Amino acid sequence: MTVIEARGLRKVYGKTIALDGIDLRVEEGRILGIIGLNGAGKTTALNAILGLTKYEGELKVLGRNPWSERNQLMRDVCFIADVAVLPRWMRVSQALDYVAGVHPRFDRAKAEGFLSRSAIHRNSRVRQLSKGMVAQLHLALVMAIDAKLLVLDEPTLGLDILYRKQFYDSLLNDYYDRSRTILVTTHQVEDVQHILTDLVFIDRGRIALNCGMEDFEQRYQEVIVHPDRISAARALKPMHERQAIGRHIFLFDGADRAQLAALGETHIPSIADLFIAVLAKASAEREGATR
Amino acid sequence: MNTQSNVTPEYSLDTPQIVPAAVAATRPLLWSVRRELWENNSIFIAPLTVAVLFVLGFVISILHEWSKMHAMLADPLTQQTALHFPFHAAAFALLLTSFITGAFYCLDALYGERRDRSVLFWKSLPVSDLTTVLAKACIPFVVLPLITFAMIIVAQTILFLLITAIALGNGISTAVLWPQLPLWKMWISLLCAVVSSALWYAPIYGWLLLVSSYARRATFLWAVLPPFALCVAEKIAFNTSYFGNLLSFRLTGWYSQAFTPLAQGGASPADPLASLTPGRFLSTPGLWMGLVFAAIFFAAAVQLRRSREPI
Repeated sequence: MTVIEARGLRKVYGKTIALDGIDLRVEEGRILGIIGLNGAGKTTALNAILGLTKYEGELKVLGRNPWSERNQLMRDVCFIADVAVLPRWMRVSQALDYVAGVHPRFDRAKAEGFLSRSAIHRNSRVRQLSKGMVAQLHLALVMAIDAKLLVLDEPTLGLDILYRKQFYDSLLNDYYDRSRTILVTTHQVEDVQHILTDLVFIDRGRIALNCGMEDFEQRYQEVIVHPDRISAARALKPMHERQAIGRHIFLFDGADRAQLAALGETHIPSIADLFIAVLAKASAEREGATR
Repeated sequence: MNTQSNVTPEYSLDTPQIVPAAVAATRPLLWSVRRELWENNSIFIAPLTVAVLFVLGFVISILHEWSKMHAMLADPLTQQTALHFPFHAAAFALLLTSFITGAFYCLDALYGERRDRSVLFWKSLPVSDLTTVLAKACIPFVVLPLITFAMIIVAQTILFLLITAIALGNGISTAVLWPQLPLWKMWISLLCAVVSSALWYAPIYGWLLLVSSYARRATFLWAVLPPFALCVAEKIAFNTSYFGNLLSFRLTGWYSQAFTPLAQGGASPADPLASLTPGRFLSTPGLWMGLVFAAIFFAAAVQLRRSREPI
């Protein structure tokens, strides 16, 4: 089943083009990471998917138009848009009561189970909790909702490494079951690299890269090249070349593995490194086009 | 990539499968009203404080001006005015409190959730914008009038008991006193006052909800300045003040339309129901025009909640 299908998705704010014709297809059971710089259009894309903003172009989420059928859609879609948006005056017990009251797919016992593993008291107000605990509470609420699509927009921004790890661990262990679909944007790409099944880079409102993680691991190779083989490495047309602590690191797209192994030590690049390489390439191409 | 292969949903075995029952249409609305009450306890505290202060003030004034009170009670001409005054004053003070509380509530209702970004949480739940705004509108239209009505009845009952105790202490029999204070009739009249003021103020609450869904800052200025500017512009352009009169009629009109003003009879009539003029109130075009404007403002507030982003 296709969960999200976008064709020519556009959004313009005044003179700023936030989304410049996005085509995207997300199948059921995928965990898609959307990576981009600030202002690249990630949040706008998610807002369009969640029916929070109007858009141009075609977009279907779970077969529905998210803007005109938002009320029905929200029974099957859940989201965490930003860290710590839970109302500060609310008590934890009130949050449970309210969500149980309005959401037909909320399993209160499940949420209580998640909370019992944390240090969050039922009687505390949200304002008394640390930022990490608020994120835990929000995740507990959201994971107890039997939704088909979960959208996470920077859910761990500003949290320490321990909370971040816990957040993604429980998402994967307690929530994800291959019939659910998860969309996540984050700047802490190293946190999500091992949990994603698909990867999309957004740059200036356009999709700069769209590939499955298996494909990613097949296609991209990073090589720490011996200093005396640099010219040989350049002959293989690397995507990107950088220096770190005196070492030359080359990133290759679809190069022959045996050839690369001869150049030096190879490994799968991090998403962050690939992202920088893709962006640098796009920027070089733009400059080439304007000259 | 292999971490997810051995995942089993932890709770599927020991909790019964939740069947997504069709949530009755009113359920989200009732829960949303309840959540407004959790958030805004001033809805209770403000009228309660005023009622307590009023009763205390009444007790102090009796102790303080005992001789004056005594003289008024002794004179059959002024007796009824003296007796009725604290009851009317309590009702008036609480109705005014209710209006002010409702106005400030509305002004913050759709602005506060955008300012603290909690709107992103509310919108992640299957509660439509219409339901949310309706729940918020229920506070000044339903909840506050009910609380005000109950609070006035409690305050007036306490006043009634205090006055009875004083009268008995001064040798005035209840057979003389109680016919002067027909509580049930006063409360029917009060109910009319509560309902008619809520209906009359509907466009004001609607306007304030609209402002709170629109403004990015300074909601109070947005609420007050445009009407004020219109008044000034009208005065300068045409040297008339129809709009200003319209506004002041909007603030006080429910009383002049639903009741025979006290001043006409000199003293308050013995039968509180005699001063009711429901026919005149219901046939006032101002009532219906006001409700039409309230509906327009309300619909606009729902639309704006839909499209406005957090501040």
